[in-house]
Amino acid sequence: MIYLELFLTFLKIGAFTFGGGYAMLPLIQEDVVAHGWMELSQMVDFIAVSESTPGPFAVNIATYVGSEVGGIFGAVCATLGVVLPSFVIILIVAGCYEKFKQSSIVRGCMYGLKPAVVGLIGSAIVSVVATVFIPSGFSLAIFKDIATYVSLVIFAIAVVLSLKKVHPIIIICLSALLGILTGYVL
Amino acid sequence: MKQKLKQILTVFITFFKIGAFTFGGGYAMIPLIQKEVVEKKKWITDEDILEIVAIAESTPGPIAINAATFVGFRICGFFGAMFATLGVVLPSFVIILCISFVLEEFQHIKAVQYAFNGIRAGVLGLLIKALWTMYKKCPKNLTAYIVIAASFIFSAFLKVDVLIIIIGCALFGLISSVIISRREKNDIS
Repeated sequence: MIYLELFLTFLKIGAFTFGGGYAMLPLIQEDVVAHGWMELSQMVDFIAVSESTPGPFAVNIATYVGSEVGGIFGAVCATLGVVLPSFVIILIVAGCYEKFKQSSIVRGCMYGLKPAVVGLIGSAIVSVVATVFIPSGFSLAIFKDIATYVSLVIFAIAVVLSLKKVHPIIIICLSALLGILTGYVL
Repeated sequence: MKQKLKQILTVFITFFKIGAFTFGGGYAMIPLIQKEVVEKKKWITDEDILEIVAIAESTPGPIAINAATFVGFRICGFFGAMFATLGVVLPSFVIILCISFVLEEFQHIKAVQYAFNGIRAGVLGLLIKALWTMYKKCPKNLTAYIVIAASFIFSAFLKVDVLIIIIGCALFGLISSVIISRREKNDIS
C-alpha cells in the first residue's frame, strides 16, 4: 500500500521535525532516500526548486515525493501526512497556551532539541558535500577534475552571499548561471 | 452564521495569499503574516506574532503550518484553523504538483544538467547558512555543545536512526534542565 506508506512516512517527518525547514533534511534523507523514492542528489536539486517556488519546504518536498511515487493521490497523502501533526498539536496547544508556555517539560526538551537540530543538519550537510564534490565516490582523481574546483568556487560564493543576506533565489540563479557557463566553456 | 462563513472565507483567502507569496517558507512568512493579519485585518496583535514564533519553534512541523493553524484558531476556532492551513498549503501543493510533471523532462536537457551542477554547490552554501542560523539560536553552554557533537557523530558516522537521536536529545535536555534547576534551588536554600 504505497499511499499508506507515503502518508505514514511523512507523518513521522512532520511529527519529529523541530525548527522547521532544513531541520527536516536528516529525516527526509533517512526515510525518503532509504525508501528509494528519491536520490540524495535529487533531494539537493529539490532544495533549489523549493527555494525558488512559494510555500514551506516541508509541504513542497512532501508534494513532490508523493507525486513522483504515487501520482496526485500520492501527493495528497504525503502532504496530508506532513501537515497533520503540526495541525493537531497546535490545536491542542492553542487551547492551553499559557500552560504550554510555562511548562518546564517543554522547555527542558527544547534545551536538548535545539542543539540536536544543529548536529543533525551538520550530518545532513556531510552527505550533501559528498554528492556535490564526489558524486562517483572518493578517489584522488577528483583533485585533477576541474569540476571539483568549479563547485568549490560556486560554494564559496554562495556561502559569502547568503551570510550577507542575499536572497536565496538570487544565489540559486547565480549558481545555475555559473554552472551553465562553466559547463559549456570547460 | 453567514457572518462566520464570510470570515472563514476571508481567512482562507488571506492565508492562500500568504502561501502563494512566501518564497523559502518558514520565517520568510512571518513578516507577511504580520502585514496581512495584524496590520490589515487586525485579527491579532504584534505580541501574538511573537507568541506564535515561540510556539512554532517548540512544536514539531513546519513553521508556516504551525503559524497558520494558530492564527486561524485564534480568529475563528477549529474551522478557522482548518481553512487557514488549507489556504497556506494549497498554492505550494498546486505549483509543486505541476513542476513534478515537468521536472524530469527538463533534466534531460544538457544546459539544465549544467545548471544543476552549479545549483548543487550553491545549495550547499545555503545549507551552511541554515546551520549557522540554527547554531545562533541554540544555547551556548557545555551541555549544548555535547548534544551538538553527539547528535552529529551518531547521525553522520554511527548511522543511528534520526528518530532515536531526536528523542534521546529531548530526554537528555529534559534531565539536564531538571538537574540544573534543582541545583539552583539548593544554592538558594
